[in-house]
Amino acid sequence: MSRRPFDPRLLRRVPAARGDLAVLALLGVLAAGLIVAQATALASVLATAIDGRLDRPALAGFVVTVAARSALVWAQGTISARVAATVKATLRADLLGAVGRHGPGWVAGQRAGEIATLAGRGLDALDAYFTGYLPQLVLSVTVPLAVLARVVFADWSSAVIIALTLPLIPVFGALLGWQAQAATERQWRRLALLGGHFLDMVAGLPTLRAFGRARGQTDVVRRMADGHRVATMKTLRIAFLSALVLELVATLSVALVAVPVGIRLLSGGLALQTALLVLLLTPEAYLPLRAAGSRFHASMEGLTALDEALTLSAAPATPRAAEGAATPDARAEIRFEAVTVAYERTTALRDVTLTIRPGERIAIIGPSGAGKSTLLGLLLGFVAPTSGRITVDGVDLATVDTDAWRRQLAWVPQRAHLFAASLADNIRLGAADTPADVLAAAVHDAALDDVVAGLPDGLDTVLGERGHGLSSGQRQRVALARAFLRAAPVVLLDEPTARLDTAAEAVVLDATRRLVAGRTAVLVAHRPALLADADRILRVEDGRVTELTPEPTGKVTR
Amino acid sequence: MSGQREPTAATGPASTGRVAAERAVLRLARPYLGRLVGAGLLAAATEFAGLALMATATWLLMSAAGQPPLDRLTVAIVAVRALAISRGVFRYTERLAGHDAVLRMITDVRARVFATLAARRGATHRSGDVLSRLVSDVEAVQDLLLRVLVPASAAAVVGVLAVAVAALISVPAAGALTVGLLVAGVALPALATAVTRRSAAEVAPLRGALATDAIDLTHGAADLAAFGATEGALRAAEQRAHRLARLERRLAATGFAVDAAGVLTAGATAAAVVLAALAADVSGVLVGVLAVGALAAVEVTLALVTAARQWTQLRPGLTRVADLLDAEPQTAPPATGRTDLAGPHELRFVDVTVRYRAGAAPALDGVSLDLPAGRRIAVVGPSGAGKSTLAAVLTGTVRPASGRVTLDGHDLSAYAEEALPRAVGGLLAEAYVFHATVRENLLLGRPAAGEEELTAATAAAGLLDWVQAQPAGWDTVVGEEGGQLSGGQRQRLALARALLAAPAVLVLDEPTEGLDPTAADAVLASALAFTPAGHSVLLITHRLSGLAELDEIVVLDGGRVIQRGRHAELVAAPGWYRDQWLLQTAAERGYLALAP
Repeated sequence: MSRRPFDPRLLRRVPAARGDLAVLALLGVLAAGLIVAQATALASVLATAIDGRLDRPALAGFVVTVAARSALVWAQGTISARVAATVKATLRADLLGAVGRHGPGWVAGQRAGEIATLAGRGLDALDAYFTGYLPQLVLSVTVPLAVLARVVFADWSSAVIIALTLPLIPVFGALLGWQAQAATERQWRRLALLGGHFLDMVAGLPTLRAFGRARGQTDVVRRMADGHRVATMKTLRIAFLSALVLELVATLSVALVAVPVGIRLLSGGLALQTALLVLLLTPEAYLPLRAAGSRFHASMEGLTALDEALTLSAAPATPRAAEGAATPDARAEIRFEAVTVAYERTTALRDVTLTIRPGERIAIIGPSGAGKSTLLGLLLGFVAPTSGRITVDGVDLATVDTDAWRRQLAWVPQRAHLFAASLADNIRLGAADTPADVLAAAVHDAALDDVVAGLPDGLDTVLGERGHGLSSGQRQRVALARAFLRAAPVVLLDEPTARLDTAAEAVVLDATRRLVAGRTAVLVAHRPALLADADRILRVEDGRVTELTPEPTGKVTR
Repeated sequence: MSGQREPTAATGPASTGRVAAERAVLRLARPYLGRLVGAGLLAAATEFAGLALMATATWLLMSAAGQPPLDRLTVAIVAVRALAISRGVFRYTERLAGHDAVLRMITDVRARVFATLAARRGATHRSGDVLSRLVSDVEAVQDLLLRVLVPASAAAVVGVLAVAVAALISVPAAGALTVGLLVAGVALPALATAVTRRSAAEVAPLRGALATDAIDLTHGAADLAAFGATEGALRAAEQRAHRLARLERRLAATGFAVDAAGVLTAGATAAAVVLAALAADVSGVLVGVLAVGALAAVEVTLALVTAARQWTQLRPGLTRVADLLDAEPQTAPPATGRTDLAGPHELRFVDVTVRYRAGAAPALDGVSLDLPAGRRIAVVGPSGAGKSTLAAVLTGTVRPASGRVTLDGHDLSAYAEEALPRAVGGLLAEAYVFHATVRENLLLGRPAAGEEELTAATAAAGLLDWVQAQPAGWDTVVGEEGGQLSGGQRQRLALARALLAAPAVLVLDEPTEGLDPTAADAVLASALAFTPAGHSVLLITHRLSGLAELDEIVVLDGGRVIQRGRHAELVAAPGWYRDQWLLQTAAERGYLALAP
């Protein structure tokens, strides 16, 4: 887990931040200059004060440099926060843009959760990196250099000692780092295991309760938490020890500078003002290096998020047909020609050839995971054939304008995603300017009237995250309303009544029948009623599609 | 350091003021107060050593300029060396002591939070988000002590000491220092708290909305693409991201003004101290000591600004922990009620109705069941029919709104919560597989089980071959939430655990979920065969295969019993069961007929 302190991709991918980053570097140089100026002024004030006199210009200079440093701290903070905000907004847009570019096939499964977390709160970890670590990183370069430059002029022999001892900090840091890293990493893995244990126990409480072991487990939680403590302390002992060594190295280096200065001062070989300047400045040279080191750890989370976001959003998109490409009329014959779809681990469809004639209602059955949904995904353009092709009216689907093609499809998925928006917006998805009467008709066709009537603000009721607040049957009817609103010649339904109770199923089935009437329909189905309405039944099994004679065994009249 | 008698924050009743949560946390900290105070003192010693080092070194240099005999400087030279080394050592011990104390306390907090949750009777519906928040809330307690209280108390001690020492040299200089320290240690932290609180209030809703956008765009990607709505949603999210960025920039300008004020305070205090000291005719060397010391003291005190910010961010989590521990003082009796659970049992449902919300349709509507010892019943029906509610009522997690559930004639609620699972239980919905070994997961069912019993139960669930094929055997770790197992293996493990527990009334809620039809039939048959003759079984399933041997099948729909009887009778009569049976067998027979 070693990361570079600065990811150069950032400059390329977030050009808007370049200017601010340059300013940040400039402020770092200024800050170093001001540290030197402040120490110079203070040394002067104190050297004069020894005679009981007040060096007014020097004191004024001290106050001015302090004021300037204060303004600089503000500017540094504000600008680094600005960079953080810019980078986060850009990466969020990029990340979500990548989702749009790649399409639902890419974002399916685990990646959806990852991206949602990353684009949501994950990137906020960058605040610590930009406002905490990055300015410190700049200072760890500029301040030692500025101090050295100043001390060379005041007392070159001290400067030599500083120059020789300064590299000890990063060298020791690296040595200790290597030494401790292997041990620490092993420890952290154990820690993660033990730390996860508490969450594991809490999440499993219902099961513990089901076996009457909930209370008895409290002692186990305590024991594990105690094990966590012991392991953590072991790790911390190593981590803190390296901090101690670095601090001692810095202290000893300062002493190496201070002792000869003191001796020369005693023998009258050095002016007090110079000696004070060296004393005030020397510790400043070692400080930022150590501070940057200790803040690096705190910004790891942000750097990891940054790396993930840059990598994910840069993934090359599958090429898509140019806009304006020909769009075949979906009221034509759709043919699968030797289509195979292979995913990373499994082959979802093997060598499928079939023809869907206009106006046909085709039911697809088969065990779960057999490739039924992949069949619909192909038609929707979510999945591309690994080999073979799909043609509509003789045109290869891979070459058509996907958006225009999808406009001729209405899709009712197994579990429609409902958005945290109003019910009306959820129904007129992708058609925000639908007239009220068309919307009302879709609501009526999908048998949503009673649902709308039961909501506090009717169609304007805002749903919770993922449509929280509606039952499965109601959600399915919202999906049907979307399909009605689309008024497309081809409808694709993916087990629209799975997981519904009988009453809800009856309502949804009724609406489904109205929806498929007069259109080409492909429906993944198990329910007898849907099978009864089908012109043809296809069985998908192990990735192969078989034509099933519509035979009485499979047909149940209700 | 025993420290048990150290004064603590007031623990009196009432006063649910602004620091109630902190007070609750401090109450938890009482046993570790000695260690915490020790850590605080070490932290103060660290900071004071740093301050004294700078002051002494300045004194040394300025005195040396007068070219005194060396022996007048010897003490100071030794002091500088001692302070330089001891600062590092102090810091090291302070960090270790502080972490040790706090981690000890967190062990306590975790155990208490768990005990409180465990003592809750009834179902607790908690999403994964809520759970992980709970875990990080507990960590907030750790941060409160380590990053807020310890540095704050160190800063306070050093501030007081610095003023005291300064007062010995010059009272006016000490006065100037006091003003500076009060600004740095009181005014600025208060300001930082206010600014942080306001920022959080403004930023939080926008961040929440953005998180929702991200969920909609990823989890709803297919819906958006199919309906050509991706562009619009992307634009909306992008606009929100930029609005958030603008807000964050504006708030940063205010937030960092506090830090800038801190730098200004340190410098101004040093200048004021110099002026005051010179005006009071303090000796030149001591003016230098005062100036450098004042600079260092204010910088130490400025740590309070960071601490105040931390504290503001930690408060919501602390409040939640305090509420959790407060709301349910551990009064829930651990084991009251009947515990006479030996022997065969008769379980009865009489006219049971369950309603989750007032006004909502009942989840169970007048259901009656009779389950004498040795009887085996299946409850079937579509999703949402009330099957899982039935299981929840059976195990005492949900109480009926009306009607009675009795075990051997006594109401279920009369039994001790911890004891009931020995009589009624098994494989319930969403059975959790722990991140532990196979053995540990199984022993949860019956801790005293021997190797033979483990083997028998695992074989009945069809998992034995897999266990024996693992290099670590019973000690195979199953991964987080059973992540190293397939869905089917996880289900078999949960089933084996239920079979091992072997309660007299065994509830099996969808025991073969996630298994393919052939495996499901085999596992169901072997699980039923494994159950001892005198034990009764209540099987909840949506699959109608393998139910022919059962004594009764109850069909639920919409919370009501719509059909009941043996398999043969139900298949012969028109209705939901026959429809479903024909459909399932057709699908599966077709499946078999077409298999190569």
